[in-house]
Amino acid sequence: MNIDLNTIWFLLVGVLFSGYAILDGFDLGVGALHLFTKKDLDRRIMLNSIGPVWDGNEVWLVTGGGALFAAFPDVYATSFSGFYLAFMLLLVALIFRAVAIEFRSKRESTRWRNTWDVSFSVSSVVSALLIGVALGNVAQGIPLTADYEYTGGLLGLLRPLPLVVGLTTVCLFAMHGAIFVLMKTEGELHDMVRSWVPRLIGLFIAGYVLTTALILAYVPHMTTLLFDNPVLFIIPALNVLAIVNIPREISRGNDFNAFLSSCAAMVLLLGLFGIGMYPDMIYSSPVAENSLTIYNAASSGKTHQIMLIIALIGMPIVVAYTVSIYWIFRGKVKLDANSY
Amino acid sequence: MDVEILSRIQFAATIAFHYIFPPMSIGLGLLLVVMEGMYMKTGNELYHRMTRFWVKIFGLIFALGVATGIVMEFQFGTNWAAYSRFVGDIFGSALAAEGIFAFFLESGFLAILLFGWDKVKPKTHFLSTIMVAAGAHFSAIWIVVANSWQQTPAGFHLVARGDTFRAELTSFFEAVLNPSFLDRISHVFMGAWQAGAFLVLSVSAFYLLKNKHQEFAKASIKIALVLAVGASLLQLVTGHDSALGVARNQPAKLAAFEGHYERSAPAPLYLIGWVNEETQEVTGIKVPGLLSFMIYADADQNVMGLNAIPPDERPPVNIVFQAFHIMVFVGLLLIVVSLLGALYLWRGKLFETRWLLWIFVFSVLGPHIANQLGWMAAEVGRQPWIVYELLRTSDALSSVVPAGEIITSLILFGLIYLLLFILFVFLLNEKIQHGPEDAAVQNGRMA
Repeated sequence: MNIDLNTIWFLLVGVLFSGYAILDGFDLGVGALHLFTKKDLDRRIMLNSIGPVWDGNEVWLVTGGGALFAAFPDVYATSFSGFYLAFMLLLVALIFRAVAIEFRSKRESTRWRNTWDVSFSVSSVVSALLIGVALGNVAQGIPLTADYEYTGGLLGLLRPLPLVVGLTTVCLFAMHGAIFVLMKTEGELHDMVRSWVPRLIGLFIAGYVLTTALILAYVPHMTTLLFDNPVLFIIPALNVLAIVNIPREISRGNDFNAFLSSCAAMVLLLGLFGIGMYPDMIYSSPVAENSLTIYNAASSGKTHQIMLIIALIGMPIVVAYTVSIYWIFRGKVKLDANSY
Repeated sequence: MDVEILSRIQFAATIAFHYIFPPMSIGLGLLLVVMEGMYMKTGNELYHRMTRFWVKIFGLIFALGVATGIVMEFQFGTNWAAYSRFVGDIFGSALAAEGIFAFFLESGFLAILLFGWDKVKPKTHFLSTIMVAAGAHFSAIWIVVANSWQQTPAGFHLVARGDTFRAELTSFFEAVLNPSFLDRISHVFMGAWQAGAFLVLSVSAFYLLKNKHQEFAKASIKIALVLAVGASLLQLVTGHDSALGVARNQPAKLAAFEGHYERSAPAPLYLIGWVNEETQEVTGIKVPGLLSFMIYADADQNVMGLNAIPPDERPPVNIVFQAFHIMVFVGLLLIVVSLLGALYLWRGKLFETRWLLWIFVFSVLGPHIANQLGWMAAEVGRQPWIVYELLRTSDALSSVVPAGEIITSLILFGLIYLLLFILFVFLLNEKIQHGPEDAAVQNGRMA
């Protein structure tokens, strides 16, 4: 692995999507759990725990998409046109979700609120599932033509491994969201969500183990780099430690540390995904020569340079004010007239 | 229907719907800075209430802008894969830069704007308002960079890839500051400021007519009217400059604006007309030589016409002609309306002149009509090119997406956007009916 501009951009796109996963991951997770709370007040607290930050979180996806377009236009073109209907469903889900959050508490009517509660929750689960299925397909490999196009349609994407990855993503986000809610709530709601966490961790670990087993058995290209460079085993090792640390921190009442562990686990998981893929970005199976790699899918070196400068100027500022904004909205949710 | 026309319909529908919201965010964002700035300077509670009310409206508009904007970010990849491969170097970079410099700024600080009133110091809140307004403007800058590059590509060279080509960056600054960028961004900014100003004018005039929130409405009108007059007048200048740019850089589009077919002849300007594309005749009211005069300051100067351009490189003419002329007409009306408002305000009669207030109420539609039609003229006028003289729209599609899937997504978007629009109008109406909160409630919460 030599560090050239293409590799740096592979890492940067990974950073943006990791940012998306840990940030929008928790608010999609809160959405997935939303219907399990029954009282209107609890649901409002759930919604307002993500209220000030959810649309900022989604910007990580938009910017990640933009970065992919700029740095690896062929990956952007092949994946988005190839996964057409899946992406349209994702877009529809994300729109519905935004609308549900915005409109849910605008009227008192129970029917109005229940309708939007269901929209919010279903669209959150569908978004998480689709993101997972897409990643699963990219990992397992899809048949690409010599022009690097995928022609298999939606049905070609619904295969066992991607579906397992999809469900695992839902569980992961739900776990992550639950831990986030712990930080933002107190009293009965806090205790109730806390009682869910062990089960959610269990579901996620089950999915993780199954995914790993399937990859070891059926997707050898995902493990080549790892087995060739045993030092990289530190990533899965740290990943396991981060996951194990979550219940430990929760039992000590350190909800914030548990959340950080959950973030770390997600970043490490995506790191593992990156190691599995590198230097491919969309693996072509069965004809591996048709894979899109960080070299044949890249934009010009000039663009990589300029965009690197832009990212190095822009992203530290973004991270600085994002952290400040999370700091301003720290602590337990208190509903007021500005709330959803 | 074939993939090309379906993809174009979908793009047109989703971008047109999306573009209802960003101009209002940009214009209203600027007005929020003024309103909150007045509050910071005077400490007058009125401006505080005003800011809080318009922040709520802003929040609603912004939410719709985000929800419909995500679609735009990905639609190049889903429906225009060949285009994406061709322009990734440059167009993709502008979109990525928009994310980094604009969206994070807007969405991050909007949280403080909406939810941070009691959590941060007034100065921090004001700073956040400035950041949100700046973010909204930055966003327009990068989008217009990307679109202007499609109109007047610069700072690139073509590189062969297999049996096709793609555009690769040679100079970032030349690509960003391409020949049409400055004219077009100023034109877009003025259109957006008008959208914000006339929104505030409309709602405030409505309150005056209904005898509600008088003091609030009068103060809002005074602020918004300054922007309405300024932006509407400046729009003449930026519009004229943009048209000169089109004459220089995209003569086919300019010829379509006026239905000018003759290869090279002095050109009239039509006040109103209808183009018969078969016979190449325009029926309407014209001022001979005026187009020549406006471009070259000489009524006898020849202007290049559509017949000098190969038939397969000409845009559709009548639709571009109509979009352009109605845009100009609405733009002139907005100048008249805003100047009338200023005149009556100066004479101290505006708030009692009910017919003019009613015109204000409906004037909110003006900037939207002009903005939409302006973009239609710009984009249809560029056809058949997606990147002017480099890549045809018909060569830019996703080869793997069948028509049936586009029909599916088109229907989905149609239904959802209809729902969104109904909800938007419904909630906007609810917020307007609810009105600004009174000062007592406000102070109670502030304590």
